[in-house]
Amino acid sequence: MHVISVKDIRKGFGDLQVLKGISFDVDKGEVLSIIGPSGSGKSTLLRCITQLERIDGGAVEICGDTLATTDDDGTVVYSDKATLRKIRLQVGLVFQNFNLFPHFSVMRNIMEAQVHVLGSPKEDARRVAVELLRKMGLEDKADAYPCQLSGGQQQRVSIARALALKPEVLCFDEPTSALDPELTGEILKVIKELAAEKMTMVVVTHEMAFARDISDRVIFMDDGIIAESGTPDEVFGHPKNERTKKFLARFE
Amino acid sequence: MSQLLLQLLEGTLTSLKIFFLTLLFSLPLGIVVAQGRMCRNKLVSGIVNVYIMIMRGTPLILQLIFVYFAPYYVFGASFNRFTAVIVAYVINYAAYFAEIYRGGIQSIPKGQYEASHVLGFTKLHTFTHIVAPQVVKRIIPAMGNEVITLVKDTALAQTIGVAELFRVAQNASAREFSTMPIFVAGLFYFIMNMVVSKTFDKIETKLAYYN
Ligand SMILES: Nc1ncnc2c1ncn2[C@@H]1O[C@H](COP(=O)(O)OP(=O)(O)OP(=O)(O)O)[C@@H](O)[C@H]1O
Ligand SMILES: [Mg+2]
Repeated sequence: MHVISVKDIRKGFGDLQVLKGISFDVDKGEVLSIIGPSGSGKSTLLRCITQLERIDGGAVEICGDTLATTDDDGTVVYSDKATLRKIRLQVGLVFQNFNLFPHFSVMRNIMEAQVHVLGSPKEDARRVAVELLRKMGLEDKADAYPCQLSGGQQQRVSIARALALKPEVLCFDEPTSALDPELTGEILKVIKELAAEKMTMVVVTHEMAFARDISDRVIFMDDGIIAESGTPDEVFGHPKNERTKKFLARFE
Repeated sequence: MSQLLLQLLEGTLTSLKIFFLTLLFSLPLGIVVAQGRMCRNKLVSGIVNVYIMIMRGTPLILQLIFVYFAPYYVFGASFNRFTAVIVAYVINYAAYFAEIYRGGIQSIPKGQYEASHVLGFTKLHTFTHIVAPQVVKRIIPAMGNEVITLVKDTALAQTIGVAELFRVAQNASAREFSTMPIFVAGLFYFIMNMVVSKTFDKIETKLAYYN
């Protein structure tokens, strides 16, 4: 059973076709990186998997549960509310610009969903949060508010917030793009640690060296399709597709 | 003199009653109106929009007269004067508050909704725990202005014969051939608004723990 299974998904905004038939699987413990030029549909793809956008065609399965399928006459059918809700908790998402709740302390940012979505008792939720903060190196920031933290610290809190729900897979949409260059390292380090713990992850990134380092597999997206995919060595070391070569050349 | 003060205080009491009752009903009603205004159903949002335009586009004094007299011509019965004042003020202020709420709600970044959605919060929880508290902080200055206006607007209630502070002061002036009671009333309004603006300053300070 794949953690994520995406089959031929399509998504457009008005006349603009953004995803033109994307298929891939992610297995347990695997780290998949998605690279590609701006506008190629990487964010849209993650947003379809995390239910922030509805697909126009194709199928998505998460941990064996159907998120959406397309029947024979081409109508997209989404699962019932309860299934969608269950799936939502299995897929975490870390945003480019963190999207922490500014009016909640760091502690409450991490506790809120545990308490109100999972129904965990407050003490348990607090214990989980403290543990995650320690892991993120932020144990002294529990009572701080997001505005009092650096971008890198905010992003680590948002990772902790996502992990608190114990998702089966964690998606990252350019987790370091909103950060000053000197702060990207701390986030990449956290993701690398998660990879070492065999956390299943899908990472959209423009950090090529990083993608090469942590990924089990890499997908190169271009203009709404997967132009090339393979191991980091294949995609970065011996790209076959002209567009991949051209794209990678920009990062030399 | 103490006789005059007593009368003015009684008028003040009526003004305060109008003030608090208006807030009590229009603050929550404004939420409903704001939701209606933002409703995806074009008919609902259209109707609510017309209501808001009328409330903001015509004088409150006219609306007050309308609420007091119109039911008599249609149904042959009227609200009593005080109730008419409350009804008129509530529907007027709800419209203003609704627009402030709407501005506040629409200023909350989309990312807050998206994070809430991904974390599995219900729509209700997202509104009550994530959106609303942030909206409150953002609209406090605008709300402060509106509430100060309400204090002064209570003086219009005399139009349909409710003896609020200003009416009492005017009557006293006429009786005593002196403008002094009116200036005393002015002082009363000023003090009430000092309290209002201090209260809003306090709320603002209290919510200043984040930005
Ligand atoms: N809500 C939307 N409405 C209309 N067009 C959209 C919407 N979201 C994305 N698009 C368009 O879809 C295309 C793909 O966007 P997407 O954000 O998925 O690209 P991306 O690969 O993530 O790019 P980047 O590297 O710049 O983040 C772009 O042309 C974008 O303008
Ligand atoms: Mg993107």
